[in-house]
Amino acid sequence: MIIPLSQEQMLDLRQCLERGLPLVSRPYDNLAEQIGAHHDQVLQQMQQWQDQGLFRRVGLVLNHRALGFVANAMLVLDVPDALVDEVGNRLGRAPGVNLCYQRPRRLPQWRYNLFCMVHGREREEVTAHIQRMLEQQQLSDLPHQLLFSTHAFKQCGGRFTPPSSQVWAHG
Amino acid sequence: MDDLDRRLINRLQHGLPLVREPWRQVAQELHSHPSEVLDRLHDLLEDGVLTRFGPMFDVERLGGAFTLAALAVPDARFDAVAEQLNALPQVAHNYRREHRWNMWFVLACGTEAELAATLSRIETLTGLAVLNLPKEQTYHVGLYFPV
Repeated sequence: MIIPLSQEQMLDLRQCLERGLPLVSRPYDNLAEQIGAHHDQVLQQMQQWQDQGLFRRVGLVLNHRALGFVANAMLVLDVPDALVDEVGNRLGRAPGVNLCYQRPRRLPQWRYNLFCMVHGREREEVTAHIQRMLEQQQLSDLPHQLLFSTHAFKQCGGRFTPPSSQVWAHG
Repeated sequence: MDDLDRRLINRLQHGLPLVREPWRQVAQELHSHPSEVLDRLHDLLEDGVLTRFGPMFDVERLGGAFTLAALAVPDARFDAVAEQLNALPQVAHNYRREHRWNMWFVLACGTEAELAATLSRIETLTGLAVLNLPKEQTYHVGLYFPV
């Protein structure tokens, strides 16, 4: 039985982790030292947070533009309400779909209720990929549009300063 | 970037195992050494290829209110309106997209009340109607960029 961290230690740990995981061979020992705890306590806390869904993984944020992923397409579809969960789950699992959400229609200005983000290096490649995907899923007949971004004006948070891909994921 | 860098980036996008010596396991998978893997990761962060490494806490579960919204901005006013929006601390992202609704932005606020106030503030500032499209259902979140 491992003793849970105190409230104060939990807060300290969260604060330490905002700077990222220490890049050392035993990162949780390093964190434990910083907050006055044992590495097993830190690992237990991390596991608990992950199980609770407070974070999905200890992962990375890529500078995707620097890596050449400059084609950023928002695919929007008008899916009958009764089918939106089924179609959303299917498209969400499709390769290349990074985010998939249901959002409200705003008639008459906006009819689309399903949003998928697809990133790639070239616009033609992304367009072809999406067309192929819709054909394979037999969804080509659904009214849909592809909105490519041409310019990113701002890519950071204000007072809420989570890493950019996170705000993206939650907007 | 060489082959090891690429394999490391792809591997780490799936997450680091929650164990005491995580790099030992990752290095084994990549047929490398823990110290080599750590050096590479350090360099990738230094070079700005990666902007962060660590757990990404779900901002929504920590509280806060978010939405995706759009404006149909006349071309002549586009830059001026972009400046108005980008000056607001609540605007986290702002993209130009090829569509009649040509400005797409994410608002990140502390509370629902602040979110509503920000939306009406934007309408007052710009004189344009905001298309407010808050998320209703999440089917998939998993940014993955194979390099």
